[in-house]
Amino acid sequence: MGKSLSILTKNFKNINVDTIDDYLSAGGYDGLKKVLSLTPAEVIEVVKASGLRGRGGAAFPTGKKWEQAARVKEDSYILCNADEGEPGTFKDRYFLEYDPYRIIEGMTIAAYAVGGREGYIYIREEYGRQKEIFLKAIEAGKAAGFLGDNILGTDLSFDIKVVSGAGAFICGETTALIQSIEGGSGRPRIKFQRTAVSGLFNRPTLANNVESYCVVTTLFNNDAEEYLSHGTEKSKGTKVISLCGNVENPGVYEVPFGITLREIIYDIGGGIKDGRDFKFAQIGGASGPLIPKSMLDIPYSYEDFGKEGYSLGSGAVLVADDTNSVADFMVTVQEFFVHESCGKCTPCREGNRQLLKLAHKIADKKATVEDFLTVKRIANVMDKCSFCGLGTAAPTAMVTAIQHFYDMYN
Amino acid sequence: MKTCTLTINNKKITVEAGTTLLEAAKSAGYFIPTLCNHPDQEIKANCRICVVEDKSAGKFVASCSTKVYDGAEIHTNTKEVRELQRGILELILANHPNDCLNCIRNESCELRKLCERFHVRNYNLNHETDIYPIDNTSGVLVRDRNKCIKCMRCVEACQETQMVGILSPSYRSVNTNISAGFGENYDETLCTFCGQCSAVCPVGAIYEYDETEKVWEALHDPKKHVIVQTAPAVRVGLGEEFGMPRGSKVTGKMVSALKMLGFDKVFDTDFAADLTIMEEGYELLSRIKNGGTLPMITSCSPGWINYIEGFYPELLDHLSTCKSPQQMFGAVAKTYYAKKAGIDPADIFTVSVMPCTAKKFECKRPEMNSSGYRDVDVALTTRELARLIKNAGIDFTNLEDEDFDSIMGSSTGAAVIFGATGGVMEAALRTVYEVVTGKTLEKIEFDEVRGLEGIKEATIDLDGTPVKVAVAHGLANANKVMEMIKNGEADYTFIEIMSCTGGCAGGGGQPVGANKSIKARRIDTIYNIDKEMPIRKSHDNPEVQQLYEEFLGEPNGHLSHKLLHTHYHQRRKK
Repeated sequence: MGKSLSILTKNFKNINVDTIDDYLSAGGYDGLKKVLSLTPAEVIEVVKASGLRGRGGAAFPTGKKWEQAARVKEDSYILCNADEGEPGTFKDRYFLEYDPYRIIEGMTIAAYAVGGREGYIYIREEYGRQKEIFLKAIEAGKAAGFLGDNILGTDLSFDIKVVSGAGAFICGETTALIQSIEGGSGRPRIKFQRTAVSGLFNRPTLANNVESYCVVTTLFNNDAEEYLSHGTEKSKGTKVISLCGNVENPGVYEVPFGITLREIIYDIGGGIKDGRDFKFAQIGGASGPLIPKSMLDIPYSYEDFGKEGYSLGSGAVLVADDTNSVADFMVTVQEFFVHESCGKCTPCREGNRQLLKLAHKIADKKATVEDFLTVKRIANVMDKCSFCGLGTAAPTAMVTAIQHFYDMYN
Repeated sequence: MKTCTLTINNKKITVEAGTTLLEAAKSAGYFIPTLCNHPDQEIKANCRICVVEDKSAGKFVASCSTKVYDGAEIHTNTKEVRELQRGILELILANHPNDCLNCIRNESCELRKLCERFHVRNYNLNHETDIYPIDNTSGVLVRDRNKCIKCMRCVEACQETQMVGILSPSYRSVNTNISAGFGENYDETLCTFCGQCSAVCPVGAIYEYDETEKVWEALHDPKKHVIVQTAPAVRVGLGEEFGMPRGSKVTGKMVSALKMLGFDKVFDTDFAADLTIMEEGYELLSRIKNGGTLPMITSCSPGWINYIEGFYPELLDHLSTCKSPQQMFGAVAKTYYAKKAGIDPADIFTVSVMPCTAKKFECKRPEMNSSGYRDVDVALTTRELARLIKNAGIDFTNLEDEDFDSIMGSSTGAAVIFGATGGVMEAALRTVYEVVTGKTLEKIEFDEVRGLEGIKEATIDLDGTPVKVAVAHGLANANKVMEMIKNGEADYTFIEIMSCTGGCAGGGGQPVGANKSIKARRIDTIYNIDKEMPIRKSHDNPEVQQLYEEFLGEPNGHLSHKLLHTHYHQRRKK
């Protein structure tokens, strides 16, 4: 585990979250205190300068998002997306469970920077225990004067409500998440205006991922310099990843951007379990690409993945050894999407249904060349025409599997 | 006006800012394929078949939900756009029964038309259709979810336009389907049977319960004396089924066709509409005089009756006790007409042709048999009448005009306007004014109650007494009026409520594919018919006068109450 870091994640399993005291003695709320001495515009400048990009998967520049929200005159809802649903992703669970105050502090900083009084955190329904912990943390924060009216004796007043849905993957998509909070069923909705202008309850809203808020907290405390000393020129800092699958040491790790997949799997993960051979890794959850052995030295950064046409996604690194069949894995992935598509738009609802059938045909070794072309054709329709990111990303695994492992199918 | 200049397929156009790419393309001469889009509804962007290429932004977008911007370079016909659009069409077909030959919407299916446009002859996707039971137990509407393409138009019609909220999407992904209530059949819910879901469905997933065979059976039965009545709005809708311009007046052709079909008598619901005005007008005057429940609300629209019985049972006293014209006609046919014609009412079979699906529900109500016989035996929609005519091979568009038969065929301009929102109110005012004041109405048109505004108000001067009236159409507007009454904010004396937007002209049984502008055209024709009528007030209808003289006695009299009035009760979920 030599190459993993402990900056953003330094509190994991090191502090007692039942009270706020441990968090405070570990430098907690130094960030907010510093923020309160700056103007909101200065705070946003710092976020922009950090190059922080949304850690939920879409990688939208966080500073730009905050700037858009700050431009809106009315208060914004400060929304935290903790509906961590991508298969193989569990890093936000660690933040919720082992460092909830860092999330709260980040959201509070956001409230100060863009102007907001009410926060919402949408916690994945399956994270029942983490929700309890988070609710307690909110109470502890309130009792210590870090939430509520006139935080730290200033004009800043901010409070957070905790919401959970019914366990649908789609609710991680911002507009579906918003619909869910509003009491509707979790389906994405049309945005004629940015969420910054019209989001939750059709009011201005700032929505960020758990890890993004945690990075913000770190950007303003004593760890900032160290945090920013890592990474590449275009991907600054660290990324918290969820390493799982056939590795010796699965778990949540903080890694510097630019580290290679090989280092993640072999140095941090301790290599493939039971000394077997690597076959493929899926990066970023079920929506992510399959990476073959030949690409193991690709640096883990937005720009290097971008060059290949891939995104880092949620931070999942799922490793499969040589006992796994790519074709069988494709069936599993497509089953997931057929289960989780919300059914609203044709490409996602019907496209995933078709892809699953073709995945079965491939796994049964009955696929023809035409079938592979059909996968490509449907994937193209899904990619270009789906209503939201779920449908757009759903065929990624299958397309990359065929791209890298086509020979194996023959 | 702020404008945007953009190119569509390299053609430069300038349109109003806020226009969608779909609309902009239309103005540039390109019809982009659509399925979930409906001009009267919100933008949904579910089906995605309207995808176009936004070259300037380097992406493909749904044109229905993307607004124009300056400098946009849009392409609607590139190889890839066509492939994407066709790909979506194929994905829909792979989940569709594709049994067009047996489908009731064969001729009017938007999906089938797109298949022709995209020249779909075969495709290589895996065919997997849904297998849901067909909901046909109501005898009014049929739901075949297996044909549903999940466009959600019916859901919006039910939840937003009508605010009835019976239909909603349930489950997700490939199990997504439109449920009535909690997975029930229509007749187990408080569905009003307005049929607006069937009117907006682009395919054959929701349609009227077809009863044309029952009519054929009666027509072929030598013992039956089969008579037919046609509602005011049918004559401005029926022609559309034969490719005639929207809103064509086809009264005379319709009568000819009905006679050719073999009906023994072709009568007019307009006659019964005049009769309704006599009964309702006198009922209103009696309520005003005797301190009855006010505001009084019209009761001609069975979708509306189903709504108030289901959702506002505490306000039922406000309803006029008058039966609808359809039912009044039936009751008179099996008593007065039977007697005059010397026919045993048991042998009379009454068919009505209505722009409405809820009329099917109404005529099947157990209480609608005060003469001892069913008032109306079968209610057909405009669409079903077209089916009968086509079935008989009648060359409808080339028919000569014929006139309705007597003694239930004469009518007035006041009756025909029943087919438009505000028409019942206007007809009632024409009569009530003259009855109350004893004066001749100088200006016969009440323009304040005309038009497509959701709720209209007017104050009429009845010889020094101002009477405030309101007109609402579409059940979402009815809902607003009900809330006003509940909150004591409705200082009206008389209210007309029609279940459907536009009134009967926009009824759920009218030809499909209508929108507000088409409904407006039908309404225009209705008012033109009114203008051309020699008699324009219900109380001047000679056959109605004759009916009172020879049979009923006086409006609101004893026999009227027995035959022409009804009572209401709370509808509960089964």
